[in-house]
Amino acid sequence: MIKILRYRLFAILPTLLGVSIIAFALIRLAPGDPVMLMLGERGATPEVYQKMQASLGLDQPVLLQYFKYLGQLFTGNFGTSITSQRPVFEEFMDRFPATMELGIVGMLFAILFGVPMGIISAAKRKTPLDYTLMGGALLGYSMPIFWWALVLIMFFSVQLGWTPVSGRISVMYEIDQVTGFLLIDSLLSEESWPAFKSALHHLILPAFVLGTIPLAVIARMTRSSLLEVLREDYIRTARAKGLTEQRVIVLHGLKNALIPIVTVIGLMLGAVLTGAILTETIFSWPGIGRWFVSSVEARDYPVIQGGIILIALTVMIVNLLVDLIYLWVNPLLREES
Amino acid sequence: MRKLVFIIFFLNFFCSITWAAKTFVYCSEASPKIFNPQLATDGPTFNASSRTVYNRLVDFKSGGTEIVPSLAESWSVNKLGTIFTFHLRRDVKFQTTDFFKPTRSLNADDVLFSFDRMRLKDHPYHKVNGGLYQYFDGMDMGSLIKNISKTDDYTVVFELAHPEAPFLANLAMDFSSILSKEYGDVLLKKGTPDKIDFEPVGTGPFIFKKYVKDNLIRYSSNKNYFMGPAQIENLIFAITPDASVRFQKLKAGECHFIAEPSPADVPKIEKDGKFIVTKAPGLNIGYLAFNTKKKPLDNLLVRKAIHLALNRDAYIQAIYLGNAKKAKNPIPPTMWSYNDQIKDYEYNPTKAKELLAQAGFKKGFETEIWTLPVSRPYNPNGKRMGEMMQEDLAKVGVKVKLVTYKWAEYLNKAANGEHALLQLGWTGDNGDPDNFLNTLLGCDGIAKGSNYAQWCDKDFQNHIKKAKMTADIELREKHYKMAQEIFKANVPWVTIAHATVFKAMDKKVKGYKASPFGYESFYEVNLEK
Repeated sequence: MIKILRYRLFAILPTLLGVSIIAFALIRLAPGDPVMLMLGERGATPEVYQKMQASLGLDQPVLLQYFKYLGQLFTGNFGTSITSQRPVFEEFMDRFPATMELGIVGMLFAILFGVPMGIISAAKRKTPLDYTLMGGALLGYSMPIFWWALVLIMFFSVQLGWTPVSGRISVMYEIDQVTGFLLIDSLLSEESWPAFKSALHHLILPAFVLGTIPLAVIARMTRSSLLEVLREDYIRTARAKGLTEQRVIVLHGLKNALIPIVTVIGLMLGAVLTGAILTETIFSWPGIGRWFVSSVEARDYPVIQGGIILIALTVMIVNLLVDLIYLWVNPLLREES
Repeated sequence: MRKLVFIIFFLNFFCSITWAAKTFVYCSEASPKIFNPQLATDGPTFNASSRTVYNRLVDFKSGGTEIVPSLAESWSVNKLGTIFTFHLRRDVKFQTTDFFKPTRSLNADDVLFSFDRMRLKDHPYHKVNGGLYQYFDGMDMGSLIKNISKTDDYTVVFELAHPEAPFLANLAMDFSSILSKEYGDVLLKKGTPDKIDFEPVGTGPFIFKKYVKDNLIRYSSNKNYFMGPAQIENLIFAITPDASVRFQKLKAGECHFIAEPSPADVPKIEKDGKFIVTKAPGLNIGYLAFNTKKKPLDNLLVRKAIHLALNRDAYIQAIYLGNAKKAKNPIPPTMWSYNDQIKDYEYNPTKAKELLAQAGFKKGFETEIWTLPVSRPYNPNGKRMGEMMQEDLAKVGVKVKLVTYKWAEYLNKAANGEHALLQLGWTGDNGDPDNFLNTLLGCDGIAKGSNYAQWCDKDFQNHIKKAKMTADIELREKHYKMAQEIFKANVPWVTIAHATVFKAMDKKVKGYKASPFGYESFYEVNLEK
């Protein structure tokens, strides 16, 4: 196990190096010039342009810029944002808890509903219930997020007035940042319960929207994986022993069907924890997805480069954790390692 | 019983919003980049800093472009127009915040501090937070201001390198906001000068309380504001980047005022009796410039013919969705000195053909139109407009090839005069006609790369130069009106449209005046119960 861990940790470094090259090259290949964007239509005289270009270090050869940047990275410096003039790492960490909170709640929702949906579908295979559940999952998977979110907002927030349209908490509450997770920070605040309620309230729609696609994927994966397992001999044996169908499916079936489900959850978790751009934009969620979009719009090179590397690092850490869970779930792998 | 508990919980959980007294929520479109307008060029930053926390020596009249006293209660200009003397208002208090308690009122040192930071490279604050003063440098204020000095604590003298009447308007712009020197000194002593641009202290109507990144900004009313406290007690900017979500928030009662409603939503907002939409032509112009140095566009008859051949009303419907005013002058109608007497060239393809024949182009000719590669309020869809122009000109025998480049390349090539016909536009900075007429059509603009028509007319130049040299507003107005006549007679551009600026708000909002500059100031706003 330690060997695997060591191997995976070592693999992070060359991967990050590759990511840094891609991030650095891609943004420079993309159309748009940060200097022009910052200057706008006014003041774009060659002298002013050159002055600003030099002050941002963008007048140097690209290769030199890259090696300078790499040197910075090795000292843990991800650069300084052109627009805010603050260190990229600090800017990332300011927003990461919001993304993480939304991602975790969204995934919890997807798992809590997706796995039972898959189990019921597998148990009631080829029945109207199975078709309904899987049809619903397919619909959820193919729905455009932007449209889906707006429909939910119009119905639940504007028509029924049950949930707020957007934001993280009612503007009436002033919560001091302790952990960055508003569900926790609100409980620690003076307003405690009402503030917590407001934060939870604000989480419902975005978490539901963010969790829709993972829910559909998890439900379908659970169903197909479980169906495969249910054909195994040991299931037949369990049934022959006279165990109830519930016990057979949950204890004997689900446990063995877990590996592909965990894989999917791991991949999805990596994706939602690195900023759900559309969901964060629609629900005005102050996470890294939105930060990233506005930085791309402003061609904020250091943020885009540093942001991609930090996001890649997050994905790798999540995947590493998922691999460790694999080892725990699958004793066979543990022995191999 | 269990059901009852559930219902009570449900009702309790999904309760409606209740606002604290006199809290005004503005759903803004983007996060501010910083809280110092000296270091920014974008509207969201200006709204969040200069229009709430700060004041300037002079200001634009609420809802207009006229200059009115602000931190300076009066000023005088010498005969040559090179020395501006400002007399500061007394007892203007800087805001007391959670992070700073001022011990003195505003004085001349604060004015010197604010401008010296931008213009003097050796100033201890010059390089703080990047030190890029884009507006100050872009408008060449560094070389215009020869010296700034104080004669006493309440008198500041600006010495200019040459006469420049629009200088006063420049001082009303966001970047000319006045910061506290005392606060700057305290931060410098603490070793945290960078905080000056993130935790602002000014003299304005609202005190900065807190910024939750990408989420919201809180302000409270400045009870010691020298013009009297604002009518609202708390001001909140709820940052909501998506226009349709802002509209939904307005509908759900989560904000009182929304930034930039999507033009597609405007009819729906207007229809709903609970909201007000204000419309006004923005301080902008979208135009098609002729390269007057290139044949056959150097021929006035040809330029007039093209102007007559273009159906601008159709563009306004198709490109601006009707949300624009057809332009006849190079300056917008909200700007002082706008010449409403001028007669426009109305769409007339038959007359256009006649003029072309007179010019010796009976069979027409071939040319290029460069279409705007980016979407701008003054021209939301350059390509589509180009296609419509192409069709219109084909009707009079002019064959048009549409060309475009990446934005930076587009501007550079156009500045070099490589184009024939070019789509472009301008949004005003300081409300002064000079900012349009001189920048975009003055002879110096050819070398600077801002006069894309490459048009230099002696009479026109004479008028705008004279207008620039004098501080007499009436005289200036006369010169600018004449300049507009010369412009119209010479047709260096086809003036297309002034895009409309929309504001949407709850009916409870009273006293709001839309600024032609597009910025938001909520000082005069009140909320009806």
